[in-house]
This record gives sequence, C-alpha cells and structure tokens, in this order.
Amino acid sequence: MRRIGIDVGGTNTDAVLIEDGKVVRAVKAPTSEDVTAGILDSLKSLGSTGVLKEAGGKPKRIDGVMIGTTHFINAVVQRRHLTTVGALRLGMPASASLPPFCDWPEDLANLVRGGVWMVEGGHEYDGRPFMPLDEAAVIRAAQEMKAAGLRSVGISAIFSPLDPGHERRAAELVAAVIPDAAITCSSDLGRIGLLERENAGLLNAALADLARDTIAAFEAAIRNSGIAAPLFITQNDGTVAEAAQARRLPVYSFASGATNSMRGAAYLSGLADALVIDVGGTTTDVGQLRQGFPREANSVVQVGGVRTLFRMPDLLSIGLGGGSHVALEPLKVGPVSVGYRLLKDGIAFGGRQLTTTDIAVASGVLALGDRAKVAHLDATTCRKVFAEAARLAEEAIDRMKTEAGDVPLIAVGGGAFLIPGKLAGVSHVIHVEHGDCANAVGAAIAQVSGECDQIFKDLTRAEAIVAAQGIANDRAVAAGAGRASLATIESEDMPLAYLPGNSVRVRVRVVGDVAAGC
Amino acid sequence: MPLHDVTLDDIESLAVGAWVLGTGGGGSPYLGLLNMRALYKEGHRIQLMPSSELADDDWVAAVSNMGAPLVGQERLTDSRTIARAVELMERHTGHRFRGIMALEIGGGNSLQPLMAAAHLGRPVIDADMMGRAYPEAQMTSVAVADLAPYPLTTVDVRGLESVVDKVPTWKWMERVSRKICTEYGSIASTCKAPRTGAEVKKWGIQGTTTKAIAIGHAVREAQRQHADPIAAILSVEPGKLLYKGKVVDVERRATEGFLRGRTRFDGMDDWRGAALELNFQNEWIVAWLDGKPIAMSPDLICVLDSVSGEAVGTETIRYGQRVTVIALPPPPVFLSPKGLQHVGPRAFGYDIDFKSVFAA
Repeated sequence: MRRIGIDVGGTNTDAVLIEDGKVVRAVKAPTSEDVTAGILDSLKSLGSTGVLKEAGGKPKRIDGVMIGTTHFINAVVQRRHLTTVGALRLGMPASASLPPFCDWPEDLANLVRGGVWMVEGGHEYDGRPFMPLDEAAVIRAAQEMKAAGLRSVGISAIFSPLDPGHERRAAELVAAVIPDAAITCSSDLGRIGLLERENAGLLNAALADLARDTIAAFEAAIRNSGIAAPLFITQNDGTVAEAAQARRLPVYSFASGATNSMRGAAYLSGLADALVIDVGGTTTDVGQLRQGFPREANSVVQVGGVRTLFRMPDLLSIGLGGGSHVALEPLKVGPVSVGYRLLKDGIAFGGRQLTTTDIAVASGVLALGDRAKVAHLDATTCRKVFAEAARLAEEAIDRMKTEAGDVPLIAVGGGAFLIPGKLAGVSHVIHVEHGDCANAVGAAIAQVSGECDQIFKDLTRAEAIVAAQGIANDRAVAAGAGRASLATIESEDMPLAYLPGNSVRVRVRVVGDVAAGC
Repeated sequence: MPLHDVTLDDIESLAVGAWVLGTGGGGSPYLGLLNMRALYKEGHRIQLMPSSELADDDWVAAVSNMGAPLVGQERLTDSRTIARAVELMERHTGHRFRGIMALEIGGGNSLQPLMAAAHLGRPVIDADMMGRAYPEAQMTSVAVADLAPYPLTTVDVRGLESVVDKVPTWKWMERVSRKICTEYGSIASTCKAPRTGAEVKKWGIQGTTTKAIAIGHAVREAQRQHADPIAAILSVEPGKLLYKGKVVDVERRATEGFLRGRTRFDGMDDWRGAALELNFQNEWIVAWLDGKPIAMSPDLICVLDSVSGEAVGTETIRYGQRVTVIALPPPPVFLSPKGLQHVGPRAFGYDIDFKSVFAA
C-alpha cells in the first residue's frame, strides 16, 4: 500500500508519503491563499525528493491521495462561497412554530435561506408513520423551488435516522422536477435531534457548489502533479470518503484536521488507547484515542453559530502553542500568539515579542533563529516558563481524561517541545518521529467507517446491538470499505426513560480498510 | 403586586433558572425558549400575575408536556399545542381560565404556560405545584393536599384529543394518562385538573417563576462579568454549597419507564479525598458523602457546571465534568408527613428518614 496524505492547515500544508506502513518522506509548504496551489506545491515538493519514482525513473503506483482540509468549515465561519438552499421539512403538523433556520445567526440565514417548505410526513420513534407523506405537496414545493431558481435542497423528516423512507421518496420527487438539483437528506447525517440534524443538512446543502468546485480542483491538482491516483477526503471521525461521497456530504469533512493529528499520533506511536496532545502555533488540542480513533463529542457542536450534532472529536482547545506570548512579571503564557508571524516577531528571529519558541531556543531545546538574541534569558526563567506551559497542559489533560488512573500521552505538532517528559496524571509522555506532520500521516492512513444510531424496541440488549452492527457494517461497505476488514470500534447503548417496551438506543460504529480496487 | 410584563430577557433567564430547578431532570428548556423568541418576534407579550391577585372562585389551568424528551427532540415543541390542551379543558368543563400556571417549574415545562398564555392572551400565574421537577403525577403539592386529580386533557399536535374524566387517585391518573401519552407517540401536551383561585393560593408553590428568573438572571449576569455563577445563585437563593468535584462514573438503567442510576464524584478543593454519590430517578434524589446520606428529596439537589453555573442533567452528565453540587430549600408543603409520603426518600425506594440539609 502506498498513499500520500495531505493536511491543509491554516499555516502549513503538510504532505507525507507512506509505503508499506512506513513514513518515507514528509514535506511542509506554506498554505496558499488558493488552497489548490498549496496542494500542488506540496505534491511537487514531495516529487522533487524523488520518492515518487521507482529506481528506473518510472512513476510509482500510488493507491490514493488523502486530503484533509478546513476549506468547508472556513466557508461557513467566514460566510463565503455559500449556495442558497431550499429547505423542505417533512413533519407537519408538528413543529410548525419552529421552521428550518429558526435558530441560525441572522447573517448566515440571510445568505443561505432560499425558502422554507413544510409538508406532512415523518415517523414515530417506533417506526409507525407520524403522518403519511404528502407527495402532492412535495411536488408543489419542488415546482416553487424551481421557479425561485433554487438548485440545492435540504430535506429533513421526523425520526428519519430510524426510517429514511420519506426523505428518500421526497428526494426522488424533487429530483424529477429539478433534475440538476443537489439534494441533501438529513438521514445521511445521522443522529436523533431534528433541529440539529436539519441544520447539518442545510449547511451541507449550502456547501454544494463549493464542494463540487473544490473536489474538482483537488483532482486537477493531483492530475497536474503527474500522479495517477484516486482522491479521498478525510472526515471528522478519522476515516475517509471517496471523492464522490465527499462532494455529496462535505460537512463530514469539517473538523478533520484535529482528527488526523490524533490518528497520526496513534499510528506513529503504535498506541491505540492514549491521550493525545497536539501543540500547534496558537492552540493546543487535547483529545482521547479509543482503539485508535478519537473519542467523539456527545453534545451539541456549534459551527459558525449553528447548532449541529456532527460526528466530531471531543477536543479541549487551550491557548498554548509555539507562538504563544510570554510575559515574565507576572508570569503568563498565552493565550495570545504571534501565529504565522513567529519567524518575524519572535525575539530569536529579530522581532520584539517574547514567545515560547524563544524560551526553547534560549534553553537549547530548539535550534532555530539566533540563540545570541535570547542569551539574556537565564535557565531559571526558562524553567519557570516551561513549568507554566506544563501546568496548562496538565489542567487540560485532567479535564479530558475519562478514567481515574494514569494514562500514556502522545505529544505531536510543531509545538510539542513544550510538553515535558513527566506530567501529573500521565504514565509516560511519548514524542514520535514525524510528530510535527502527524496530521498528514493521519490523513494517509485513514479508513472507511459506517455508523448506526437508532432506537430498538422489544429486543434484548444483545439482539439490539447485533442488529445495529449489521446496519453499520452495510453502511461502511456502501462507503467503500472491504467487508472482511470491518471491525467495531464503538458500541454504546442507552436505555430510554419514559418510552415503553424496553426501548434502547444503540449507537455502533465500525471501520474497515478501503476496499481493493478503489 | 399586580400583573407585570415579562421581557424576552426574563424568559432567557427563566430558561437557565428553570434548568437549575429541574434538579437534573425536566428536559431542556431550549425548544420552549426558541418558541418564546419566535412569539415575541411576532409581537406577542405575556404578563405574570401573583396568585394573590386571584379571586377565590377564579379558575386556573395547570399545564405541562409529558412524555419522552427524545421524542420532543424530533417532533420539537409547537407552541400552539399546549394552548389547545387548555382550550379543550375550557370546552370540557365550561370554565373560563383566569390564568395559566406551570405544573413543574423545573426544566422545559416551565415554559409551557408561557406559550399557552401567549396564544390565549391570559396571564401566567406565578406559581407551580412542584417547585422543581419530579417524575410522577402524584408528586405535587395538590396531590399532597388530596385535591381532585381529574379531569385531565391531553392533546397531540395532529389533532388527537382525549379527556380523562374521572379516576380515583393520582396514581391512577399517572397510569391512565401515561397510556394515552404512549399511544400518541410518547409525547402529549396536557392540562391538569383545573384549580380554583382559593386552591392555588392555599396549595400552589408561590413565586416560582419569579424565582427561576432570578436564578437564571444571576447566572447569566455572572457569566457576562466572568464572576462565580455558583456564588451568584447562592446570593439570590438561601441555598447551601454541598460539594465540588469531578464526575468519575455514571451508571444508567431504564426501569419502569424511568431513567435510574447513580453518578460518582471525586472531591476537589475543600472536598479533596471525599467521595460523593448521587442517585437519580430522572432527577437527583439522594446524595451520599463517603457513604452517608447528606441530602435527599424533597431538598433540591442541583448539580451545576462549576465554570458556567448551568445545570447538568442526569441524561447528559458525563465523566470528567467539573461540577458543584448545591442544595436549595424545598417547598414547605413537602415537609409534612403526608408530603414526605409523596416525595420523601421512601417514595423513591430509599429506606432512610428524611433529614433536611437546612435543619438546624
């Protein structure tokens, strides 16, 4: 297996080549305004090292280029490149007083809301129809959307994660009226919670044009670099989607950067269960690996001010990094950072702002810039600053731990030098080779996943879990996984208060390797 | 004090304060809050009326939603449904309601009377029947008083309407109405047995909407000023700080349609080395410090996020959360022998005598 992993970060675009499970080469290039150019640069830079050619000069066969990008989440946060969306909710007469977009920030709603249509449909928690689907009303809605010039549609229905039938039928009817429409069904985005799931669907629909253009540009960049390999986009949960799937569901790629770092950390260290601390230039993320994957947040995640229930890693971010401002009297480290201006503003680089990197240079931990410029910082001062950084890290680690005992900690990212060999609550600290490119490594090794989150009634707990596993397996295979490689990495069940008949909600997630031939 | 206007900012505070008074249950007030924001945007306004303003022969509607919070997350809350439950009761009994009150001030049900009031143009009565959230119909001040448990109306957003005309006891009302609710899809808007002004003045738990607003206001104000929100709550309520710690274990199981279980904590600050266990049945019921019961229903046990001051629910609490546990004084009606029969520790299956945190 030979894969290229690319992580497009705020400051750098990292690329790594992995062959038969080993990192062959890692390169960093500055992220460009035009994201695609940055990817092309990093691929060229990787190619210039000669690692992409066989001994005889023939190009090596590459099995896949896996790209992690913050492009889509940035579009939402910055309100740029968004498509106007028609919202179709199947659930009348319920919830009429809380229509789609009802809790969106005004500016974002004004950009995205192309119209709201609510018709009868949806299901009950036990699978009975809530109301029969009003097909005539769906067709009328589609005709009105067409007349309004809408080309992207978000469809949601009550309890669609349990029974997506009404959403799927409505999608067929809309497609018949607007054949070139991009349609997002909320059931493709998972979880129980209509408003949050619908929000995720509408955000996804708003990214329809950007996703199409971005994926096409990524594919062009790969082609132009002379590499003949399929494109995969990494997702929030540490797995990848084929380009076609990512084009359809771009919101799944929202938070892939942090996830890739954690997955890369697992891979480089060989540990599947550990805490990971990813120290960047401005922030430090702490997360927990469970069986090689980040633990996911269970709660509501806000994206650009919109409540969603995405599959996102449960991360704690603090303002600590290689570019963090340092004040000595009284001692304070972060949360402000010089960010990408480190090489200009840091004292060791001739600037005027004391940063954690300057402290590392002064104490000989890093060989960067001009050590003479930081010679006035004595060893006691350096020790105090490192101790303060360690205290901040310890606090964050303690908050993220889900068990009482000491656990191993993997330190990655460009600022990992701030993490000392010993920390409270940590059994041992592991620094790994290529740890500064852990994110690109995580992208390169990504797998494919499938998930099931639904309520089972009148089954034993064991039967319900087996049923959920079957559904998750089928979904992973549909997403491109080889069935033989599937493994369950998460299984959790929650008995439901107030529901009769021993109702239990089961969530199962499985992963597998990308099937051969992809 | 006569009627006074409720601002949208008051309602934002009510949502935060009611979640605190939910003592771990009662469901999130989020969807109700969204409805109220929409209603205020449309120009609706509501007024709050102390029960002292009621005439003895006035009629008052007591409302709540019943069912599974999870179904509510899918069907959402339509503000008109609860108003229809009140209208059905008016048609059934022929009484015209002077005002509308909450059955339970804790959690999402605190906002139901506001939604009904906005649609029907009546005031909200500043009182409820629990002073918090409780899981069952007989756990109310009016049940302790042995007032009539019937009639009850239940409606569903699709137009289903049922009246439970007569039952012998509150427990029967719980059983029959629960069955109707299940058939509706495990969620229903209900109008409980109508109460006279005299009954509300004598048996209602007074001023609880105002209290929830004050608690929420204190928390939100402290958040804005980066001050300690727990201290802010204790400055507006005669509560007691019980414990500070971190969640180390959560165990949940569903039995007889309730969420039961326990949460264990490791102490922090002054409680370092002290272990707390909280038992719950939808709501926090008993607190054990190093194996000894230190607080129990009907005292209100509130688990709050140590940083934000916002309440942490039994359905969502998870490992690692830093929390502060406080107790708030219970409504006096629950402290009588009859009151303790309904909501004391034995009503929840704990064979211990009630001892209040607030006893001298």
